[in-house]
Amino acid sequence: MLSEQERNEIEAHLLHYPDSRAVCIEALKIVQRHRGWVSDEGIADVAEALQMSAAELEGVATFYNMIFRKPVGKHVILLCDSVSCWIMGYERLREHLTGRLGVSLGQTSADGLFTLLPNVCLGACDHAPAMMVDDAHYQDLDPARIDEILAEYERKEGESTDGKTTDP
Amino acid sequence: MEKPLTHNISSANEPPELAQYEKSGGYGALRKAFRMAPADIQAMVKEANLRGRGGAGFSTAEKWSFVPMGDDAPHPKYLVCNADEMEPGTFKDRLLLEGNPHQLVEGIIVSAYALQADVAFVFLRWAYKLAAGRMERAIGEAYRQGYLGKNILGSGFSLELHLHSSAGRYICGEETALLNALEGRRANPRAKPPYPQVSGLWGKPTIVNNVETLCNVPHIVANGAAWFRSLSHTADGGTKLYGASGRVKKPGLWELPMGTPIREILEEHAGGMRDGYEFRGLLPGGASTDFLVADHLDVAMDFDSMQAAGSRLGTGTMIILDDRTCPVGMLLNLEHFFAQESCGWCTPCWAGLSWIEQILQDMEEGNGRSSDLERLESHTRLLGPGHTFCALAPGAAEPLQSGLKYFKDDFERHIHERRCPWRQN
Repeated sequence: MLSEQERNEIEAHLLHYPDSRAVCIEALKIVQRHRGWVSDEGIADVAEALQMSAAELEGVATFYNMIFRKPVGKHVILLCDSVSCWIMGYERLREHLTGRLGVSLGQTSADGLFTLLPNVCLGACDHAPAMMVDDAHYQDLDPARIDEILAEYERKEGESTDGKTTDP
Repeated sequence: MEKPLTHNISSANEPPELAQYEKSGGYGALRKAFRMAPADIQAMVKEANLRGRGGAGFSTAEKWSFVPMGDDAPHPKYLVCNADEMEPGTFKDRLLLEGNPHQLVEGIIVSAYALQADVAFVFLRWAYKLAAGRMERAIGEAYRQGYLGKNILGSGFSLELHLHSSAGRYICGEETALLNALEGRRANPRAKPPYPQVSGLWGKPTIVNNVETLCNVPHIVANGAAWFRSLSHTADGGTKLYGASGRVKKPGLWELPMGTPIREILEEHAGGMRDGYEFRGLLPGGASTDFLVADHLDVAMDFDSMQAAGSRLGTGTMIILDDRTCPVGMLLNLEHFFAQESCGWCTPCWAGLSWIEQILQDMEEGNGRSSDLERLESHTRLLGPGHTFCALAPGAAEPLQSGLKYFKDDFERHIHERRCPWRQN
């Protein structure tokens, strides 16, 4: 079932369109923001709320690459693999990231912290190569810079885990 | 040199807020527009020779002319700003969205008034998070100031404007696929006719214009068609946002007169090639434009000159191929992109592009055959205009057909040496 917050966020978008179906992609993004990914249950919840069939919504959900129908790590790395970044060193960055995280493209690191996905042009071609981590853009990358960025996410994760281990 | 689109934009600063934008003349074009008849604004845009900046270069006024006008026109009419910038190598609309969102909001309102549209959407690609926040804020400010909503500035004209963020896929930039995405469907292109101007969103008249196109409209209205034409080196009016990426000294984006020659952009603005790299070719306006080479460096970057040279202006953001980058590898990267982003709707596109990708992959890995060149050439014809619903596959054929022509020796070396000569092992 949709949470109250999910329902409220979806309803705010309904006002902009003449029918409810038009918000289905946004609704999937809302569910994904709250739950991390869109499970079969997430599909069923949104379909029911918007009076669509689950099968119809599934057809929409699987079309769009930013709707995750499988679980992802805590952070999603989107590494630009389009032409300007390819010229400026995408393959080297890909080797570095897959090696450092111990995963192939499309996989999640064993600690569950990062999912590594290739992505089409991020519109930062004058500062190639580029990537995103969640909503943040990073550009003018090289392996050393990537290590710094990942270390920062790992450091924050360490801090939040430390904070939680207060149970006796 | 006048730079109407970018004179208010500084990458170091936040975009102008409403008060700052107004102080520099912002929303003056809207007030002027409301003193004009919609038909007069359309005539002004026609006289200005504004051509669409999304890549195809269709006359904006002509596109608008197919929208039903007058008392009998169906309503609501929709205006959609195509901000789904995802053409590889292209980063120009991002500057306008992030750098001066009120300029786009004003462009949308003035254009919507000229078309008598009731509702407008900005269809924004999901990755432009900074742009999304800044557009939301600008739209909110415009509502509070009475530039949006009911009876704008007492003119009797009303307009609702909403930001619609996408969930990915290159095909959403194709205007009829965009309409399907906006309606909450799979983004497959629609058959034309009917054209969106007659039957678009929810079957109502709909215009889809690119960000840069719409940003030009307030400047035309404020300063006149003759002024707009005087900005350009050619018959097409205005300035153009040009860009360069790849191994140049200073990759970037510059607003210059429409028709600025390639050499001037490459050498004066991008600073020429990086030390140790030689120029071999370029894609003048994104991944779906034909390669040009050294012989073409003095060609003007405008729609007609680019076409005469065998390519297209496209988005005007050029991607440079240097002598230390493998042209076959570059084409593999491009065709992988197109094969992946094919929406799967028509067979020549999804089947043909995967086939092309596989041939190029084999060639890069040293498994190319001499018959492959002929096969690739035949694919470029089979994927050409008229064989598919939309322009994705013909766009994919453009760099391939010209790459086969200009870099034939490189293809042959891959086949004969049974390896990519650019790779070490």
